[in-house]
Amino acid sequence: MRIGVVTFPGSLDDRDALRAVRIAGGVPVPLWHGDAELHKVDAVVLPGGFSYGDYLRCGAIARFAPVMREISRLAGPPDATNPGLPVLGICNGFQVLCESHLLPGALVRNDHRHFICRDQRLRIEATNTTWTNGYLAGEEIVVPLKNGEGGYVADDATLDRLEGEGQVVARYLEVNPNGSYRDIAGVSNATGTVVGLMPHPEHAVEDGYGPGTDGLRFFTSALQGVLSA
Amino acid sequence: MGRVVIDVMPKPEILDPQGKAVVGALARLGFKEFADVRQGKRFELVVDGEVDAEVLERAAEAARTLLSNPVIEDVVAVRVADQP
Repeated sequence: MRIGVVTFPGSLDDRDALRAVRIAGGVPVPLWHGDAELHKVDAVVLPGGFSYGDYLRCGAIARFAPVMREISRLAGPPDATNPGLPVLGICNGFQVLCESHLLPGALVRNDHRHFICRDQRLRIEATNTTWTNGYLAGEEIVVPLKNGEGGYVADDATLDRLEGEGQVVARYLEVNPNGSYRDIAGVSNATGTVVGLMPHPEHAVEDGYGPGTDGLRFFTSALQGVLSA
Repeated sequence: MGRVVIDVMPKPEILDPQGKAVVGALARLGFKEFADVRQGKRFELVVDGEVDAEVLERAAEAARTLLSNPVIEDVVAVRVADQP
């Protein structure tokens, strides 16, 4: 199963995401931001980093990359011609997904104005998504978090809808590291194929290389989902 | 050459950490009369020729499409730049 990982100018965690796909048992496929061809991938990861230096707004320029036009087209609401391409946006990737309106809300500067880097405890809440079906509902995991502009915001109506529809994928536990409304660490679209997550599961996939392997199931879940489709 | 000025501000209901940092710094410098600061962005778009209604509408579209994120920001002004 082929999982593409996009490299934008300024992407940082693309190689770790490719590595996580490989460790999970998938075929990692590097995708170049300027190439609108998706090379027959079954799913896409938008990695962490600082695309375009976070100029203008984080992800605001990357969302118009040629590869994103194709991803946006395929990841939109599924219909007869379009099965709904699964996309996982991690950190800057989450920002790109929100700027692309593939996910609701926005990410703003951390309320405490510091760049924060910590091993973060999360609760996985939605397990019916392409990327989290390998977790148990309510399961607590620890994955690294590193961001300066990770505060998830949306108006109350949107937040109520996300919570009501089970589209809150993960919430921060013990510490809210960035001021995200309702401690939201990640959300999904209505069909559960597009997930945005502020922490970094790709940095917790191999013992000795992070705080354990709690992040690996974000990637193995995607492989399961497509195999059973 | 014409110039269009676009002002973008965070929506009033959005927390503005940069503005909070600035008002704190002002207070430390003795500017205690300012209760709050909100920090936005000003863009200057340069065109060949005059700025007419069509140019202003295109600038407004650019503001909605790229220069602002409507989820968290308002375009508060799109106007011809003051003559030097």
